[in-house]
Parts: sequence; C-alpha cells; structure tokens
Amino acid sequence: MTDPSQERPSRSENFWTARETALSWFLTTDHKRVAVLYALTLIATFALGSVGAAIVRLELITPAGDLVSAEAYNRAFTLHGIVMVFFFLVPLIPATLGNFLLPLMLGAKDLAFPRLNLASWYVFVIGAGLAVAAIAMGGLETGWTFYTPLSSVYADGYVTLAILGVFVSGFASIFTGINFIVTTHTLRAPGMGWFQMPLFVWGMYATSLVMVLATPVLAVTLLLVIAERAFGIGVFDPAIGGDPLLFQHLFWFYSHPAVYIMILPALGVMSELVTAGSHNRIFGYRFVAFSSIAIAVLSFLVWGHHMFTSGQSMYGGIVFSFLSFLVAVPSAVKAYNWAATLYKGRITLNTPFLYALSFIGLFVFGGLTGLVLASIAVDVHVHDTYFVVAHFHYIMVGAAVTAFMGGLHFWWPKITGRLFNESLGRFSAVMLFLGFNLTFFPQFVLGYLGMPRRYHEYDPDLQIWNVLSSAGVPMLAVGYGLPLLYLGWSLKIGEKAGRNPWNAAGLEWTTTSPPPEHNFPEPPEWEGPAYPYPVGETEEPQVQEEAQPKPEREA
Amino acid sequence: MRADGAIPVWPEAISAHADSVDALAIGFFALIWTLALPIGFAIVWFGWRYRRLNEDVDRKQRHHGLTWLELSWMIVPFLLALVFFTWSALLFRDLHRPPADAREVYAIGLQWMWKFEHPGGQREINTLHVPAGEPVRVIMNSQDVIHSLYLPELRIKQDVVPGRTTSLWFRADDPGSYSLRCAEYCGVSHSRMVGELVVMAPAAFEAWLAGTEAGLPLARAGEALFRELGCSGCHGANAAVRAPGLADLYRRPVPLASGETVIADERYLTDSILMPESQVVAGYEPVMPSFQDVVTESELVALVAYIKSLSGREGERE
Ligand code: HEM
Ligand SMILES: [Cu+2]
Repeated sequence: MTDPSQERPSRSENFWTARETALSWFLTTDHKRVAVLYALTLIATFALGSVGAAIVRLELITPAGDLVSAEAYNRAFTLHGIVMVFFFLVPLIPATLGNFLLPLMLGAKDLAFPRLNLASWYVFVIGAGLAVAAIAMGGLETGWTFYTPLSSVYADGYVTLAILGVFVSGFASIFTGINFIVTTHTLRAPGMGWFQMPLFVWGMYATSLVMVLATPVLAVTLLLVIAERAFGIGVFDPAIGGDPLLFQHLFWFYSHPAVYIMILPALGVMSELVTAGSHNRIFGYRFVAFSSIAIAVLSFLVWGHHMFTSGQSMYGGIVFSFLSFLVAVPSAVKAYNWAATLYKGRITLNTPFLYALSFIGLFVFGGLTGLVLASIAVDVHVHDTYFVVAHFHYIMVGAAVTAFMGGLHFWWPKITGRLFNESLGRFSAVMLFLGFNLTFFPQFVLGYLGMPRRYHEYDPDLQIWNVLSSAGVPMLAVGYGLPLLYLGWSLKIGEKAGRNPWNAAGLEWTTTSPPPEHNFPEPPEWEGPAYPYPVGETEEPQVQEEAQPKPEREA
Repeated sequence: MRADGAIPVWPEAISAHADSVDALAIGFFALIWTLALPIGFAIVWFGWRYRRLNEDVDRKQRHHGLTWLELSWMIVPFLLALVFFTWSALLFRDLHRPPADAREVYAIGLQWMWKFEHPGGQREINTLHVPAGEPVRVIMNSQDVIHSLYLPELRIKQDVVPGRTTSLWFRADDPGSYSLRCAEYCGVSHSRMVGELVVMAPAAFEAWLAGTEAGLPLARAGEALFRELGCSGCHGANAAVRAPGLADLYRRPVPLASGETVIADERYLTDSILMPESQVVAGYEPVMPSFQDVVTESELVALVAYIKSLSGREGERE
C-alpha cells in the first residue's frame, strides 16, 4: 500500500507554481500568496527596525553619548519603535501565518473577501512606504508614542509623513480583521462548530475583534495630531486650550489593545505547537478558547495603566490597576493549560516544540513582570524606565516573535513542501532563547536602578548592565538570522515533506504540501472534537473515543 | 560599576516610602516564583517522563479538562495577586496625601532643565536642596512639553504637564546627594535633563537658605504682577467689576456655575488664570479674560503663590 501521506502534488496543483508570471503574484487573490507577499515585506521591515535597535544598543555600550549625536540617537529609537510596532509586530502573525492558515484550518477555499485581502497588502505597503520615506528624508524624534505637545508643536523632522504612514497602514489591519471575522463565521467546513475549531482560529478571531474595534481610534487620534500640526486646532496643545493628556488616553486606548493584537495570535500558535509536540488534545479546550476572548475584552479596559504618573486622578489610577490585575487570570489559564497538556502526552523535542517551550518561559516571565507594573506604587518607580522596556520586549518580542518563529518552522513543510535542517533549527531556537535573556534581563535591573528609557547618556555606574545587554545582541542576530539561511537552503536541498510530517491533527495537514491553489481537491468535512490525537502512529486507545477528521480516516 | 568597583544591583532607598516600595517589589519576586515554578517543574517533569520514546509510561486515561483544576488555577493566583494589589494601592494613596505641614517648593520643567524656586525666593537650576526628615511638596508646571520629575532613591516620579499643575511629596531621611532625572521623553536633550537632589540636615538646610541669594520672594513678586496685569482692577477691594474676592480662597470649596464644587488648589488657581471660562464661579459673569499668552510659566507660579499667601493658610491641609 502506498502511504498517502507521502504523495506529492504535481506542479499545477501547487499554489507556488500554479501560475507562473510575476504579475500573477501582484494580482493574486490567493490567501496563501498574499501571505507570502506579506512575509517578504515583513522581512524587510524587520531588517530596518533592527538597524535602529543596533544603533541604540551600540550607543549604550558606553555611558557617554559618543557614537551618534543625541538627535541621531533619538531618531534611531523612534525608527526602531515605529517600524517594529506598526510595520512588523502588528501584522506579523495575522498577515502571514493567519492569512495562510485560517482558510486551510477551516476547510475553506479562500478567505471570505479575497480581493480585500490583496488590497490590505497594498495599503500596508503604501503606509510602510510613507514611513520609510519619512525616515529616508531624515526621520523624526518623537518616539513611536508621538506624545503631544512634543509631536504636535515641538518636534522637528518628518512627523506628519510618518504619522500618515501609520494612519494608512491601519486600514490594512481593519481589512484583515473584517476578513477573518467573516471567514470564521461563514466558511467553516461542514461539521465544524465553534468548539471544534483549532485554537489558532480562536486566537485570530479574538485578534480580529480588537483590530476592527481599536484601530479606528488610533486613526482618528493620528489625524488629530496631523491637523494640530498643520492648522493648530488646539485639541492637544494646552497653549491654545487643548489637553495633552487627551492624546495619551486616545493613544493608549488603541495601543494597549495593540499589544494584544501582537500576543493573541501568538497564544493561538502556541496551542497548536503544544498539542502537536505532545501529541495530545489540549487540556481544557473551552477555557483556552474563552480566555482569548476574555483577554481581548479586558484589553480595552486597562489603557490607564500607562498613565499612573501622568496626573490622572488617584482613584482612576487605582481602578486601572485593579482591572490590569484581572488580565492575569486568562493569561494564567493559558500557561497552566499548556503545561497540563503535556501530561500523558507523547512528546518530541523537535524545533517547533523547543520554540514553544521557550515561548512559555518568556511569556510567563513577561506576564508576571506585567503584574509588577500593574501594581501602582511600584510602577510609579519603574514607569518609563528600562524595566518597562524589558517587560514589553519579553511580551512583544520574546513571546510574540518566538511564537512566530515556532509557527514558521511548524508550518514550513506545509507552506513549502520541504523539511529544514533539524539540528540547525534546534541550535537557533536555543540561541534565540539565550540571546534574548542576555539582552533583556539586564534591562530589568537597569530599570529598577533608575535608568529612564530613551536616554542617550546615562550614569556611568550603570555601564556593566548595559554592556551585558548589548552583548546579547550578536546572539540574537544569530538566532534570528540563521533560520533565514537554512530555511532558504531547504527550498533547494530540503527533503520533500509529504502531507503531514509531524503527524499533526488539523485540516491543513490533510491537503498536499504545498497546498493546491484552492486548498483542497474536494471540500473537506470535520467530525469529532478539535485535536483528535493521536494521529498516524499507533497508540493505546483512549478513554474518550476519538474521531478523526474525515480525509485522514479514509486514507 | 561604581567607583568602588562594586556592581550595583539595588538602588539606595532614602525614605520610608522607598523602603515600602522595595518590600513590595521583593514580595513580588516571591510571588513570581510561586506562580511560575509549578509551570516550570510541570513542563520539565512531563517533558521528560512522557517523551515519545519512553514506552514505560501509562498514557491511558488521558484527561481533556477538569473543571475544579481549571478553577483552582484561576482563583488561587488571582487571590494572591489581589493581596499585592491592595498593598500597592494603599502605598499609592499615601503618595497622594501630603502632610499638612509640608514645605513647598515650586518646579518648572522646560527643554531642557529643571528650575526650582523656594518660597523665600531662592532659585536653583537642576539642583534641589531639601531638609532631611521633613515633608517637602514639589508643585510643578511645564513650560513646553511633558516632562517627568524622577527621584529614583525616593522611588517616586510625577509627570509635569503643560497647562496643568501637578505635585509630589516626599520625606527624605538620609542627608546626601542623589539623582534627579527627567523620565518622560521630552526631545533631543532628554537624557541631559538630569540633576541632583541634595538632602541636608535641617540646620544645614536653614543655613543654606539663609546664605543663598534670594530674588523677590515668590508671593511678593506675584503681588507686583497682580497689580501690573490689572488683576486688582477686578479682584481688588474697591473694584468696579464684580469679581470673586481672592482672600482666604486657597483650599476652600468653590461652588461653580455648573453646579459642581471644586477645592481651590493650585491646579484650580492655574486653570482659572489660563482658562477662566472653564470654571466660572457661581453667581458671577464669565467676563474674565484668559491670561494664556500674557503670563509666562514663572509669572504664573508667582501669581498662584501670591493668591495662596492671601489666605494665610499656606501649606495647610485639612
Ligand atoms: C536586537 C534586538 C533588540 C534590541 C537590542 C532592542 C533594544 C531596544 C531598546 C534599548 C529600546 C529602548 C529605546 C529607548 O526608548 O530608549 C527599544 C525600544 C523598543 N523596541 Fe527594541 N530592541 C530589539 C529588538 C526589538 C524587536 C525585535 C522589537 C519588535 C519586534 C522591538 C520593539 C521595540 C519597541 C516597540 C520599542 C519602544 C521604542 C520607543 O520607546 O519609542 N525591539 N528596543
Ligand atoms: Cu524632560
């Protein structure tokens, strides 16, 4: 009997080669190709953002501001912040893995609005183009937070252009969010109820809600800053009757939820990696699914914790502190449930699973230091210091980007049809974890010692911790850079992957790798629970009967 | 590294409040380990025991959820965290309740320096002298963008926002020289907006005050301005226009035309000078012009100090 999992698609059945011309890529409505377009774009923005980070960390090796001028330094961290947040982290998982996988996981031919999806990429590229133009013309020094009246009245540089870029790219988020929500509602395979969906889909769904509801607030806020710069309308500038704190309220009303736009998809990826790596059904499916929604809802209620020292009222501060503590509950649910999923599993310590473990460590540590910041009296001390920089890098970079790397390795065989070099994969995952902690752990110490963020010069006493932090950067560079090389090589020399190299559950593994243009030869159906492990290998029967997704069973 | 070669791991703490914040922070480290270690242990232990090649374990009877377990790991960490929430909220409340007898200092933040002014008219730049063991209240305004006065050894900071008056208070115990920084990014030379907090024994402090050349004391300067700008034309005793009297105003409740009542603190006084229409006193016409573009930040501080001096209750608090 031929093993059906080893059969491979012919050229025309494969979305990469189904259409040959370059134009076919720029006019594609195939969600998989749009995902690839986004991925290539994001590699470029990540490289640009990393240049900013490198300048910052190089400068901070010595306490004196000696490598670049104060203005250049400020422009470097502004570049780093704007590019990484708006043009890398926000779209990172939704626009790449989400775009690629959502229809496959639901058993759909494409997203609900394929042309809107392509439009979102164009809009994103235009927005990024405007921001890059602002940077190329000399940049700006407002920080990515654009606080007024610094940004509206005092800052030099191409502030308006950069803000316009962020504004335009916001529409890409909104388009993606609408598309995912409608797709999840309408295009699920027959038999797949809400509680049979993979948790990655739940994560994307919750993310989309936040994108659709929060992004317009940012858009309006940024327009007001532009109007204030151009016409002095007096919304934020106190000299003409405006209120600078109004900007902060509006800005964080978007930007706090934005952190969850970065982390919710990562939590979804994680549930996939943990179940596949331990070959076990997720522990407490409904709790994990609802915790994504709970996090999304709570994310709208806690923006005031960025403003504990701003002069808002004392009781306001205490209420926001309390609400912020609530977020710990759904986050704890996730972490404990992943750990419990390993129990009685069949665990393989492969590259995606290593990333998953490293993610859990960084997420738990980042989350718990978030509690420290939520407790208002401690935050008064560490707010706007390197403690905060460390905390948000643990969550936004440590957790979100690590989850992306894990997901990229996990679905690489599906996307490209090739296997990568497993030893190099494990090596990079470990380097990334070590390099990350070396870079960012010292920043917790620096913050508690009182080093404010966005400092070009600092107290010489603090040099040792800054040197350690900078020493982590080359390791990080290997951790992020090496995968680019071996994944690239795998396209030429990688072993062919087959349908389901990890013996994972989920509809995306039932089609050929890479999938054909319309995903499935025949529309699939779904039966039974989510994650019907075990798959492939023979295993002991389980207490609860496990159904298989249909195509697997027929195989 | 410090001059003596030691690696700094913990900042000095020079007030009772700073000690409490440290205690809370250390408590938090204990909490973090309590919550994180079970996850770490579980992952390592399960990861080893249930590795794929280990065929000696029982994989039957898998659970796919246990409600009591889920509830327990939602509720227990939350209750633990609530203890910390309460603890820190109480500390925060203290920060917002300056003692009645706090000595007042005015501060103005601007790109890129800190200007301080003592009530006796002694002015300093980027250095703030205070007496040890006495409560000090710093009343702050910004001349341009948002700054933030950060005193790490006291574990406090407070943003300085243009168009409003903010304040912080502390009681520093140990004489010495400590850092004073700007913590809110305020433009190109943000990292140079740093200085020194000099805590002196009370007698030495009095000597310092006496030996420092003083400008016109703030309230006196304010009084002169009050005439010069024509405030007295309306608010004075025999004024033609009917305007609320200012004697004894500071810290009194003021009924507004809108029906609300506000306490006439520094922020109210500042707002009334800059944006008179926003809070009209009940029973008066909104005829006062805004002094937004007329007075500078330091003139504003002087005016407020003058109005406070009229009530003879300076620094007093109920
Ligand atoms: C090589 C690794 C990295 C290093 C060494 C690094 C370093 C830094 C430093 C020192 C700052 C603080 C600048 C300041 O405000 O004074 C900073 C800010 C920031 N970083 Fe990174 N970073 C790195 C990677 C990343 C990555 C991968 C991301 C996102 C994916 C990221 C996102 C941010 C953001 C959003 C800020 C805030 C910028 C601001 O405050 O305006 N960083 N980074
Ligand atoms: Cu400043």
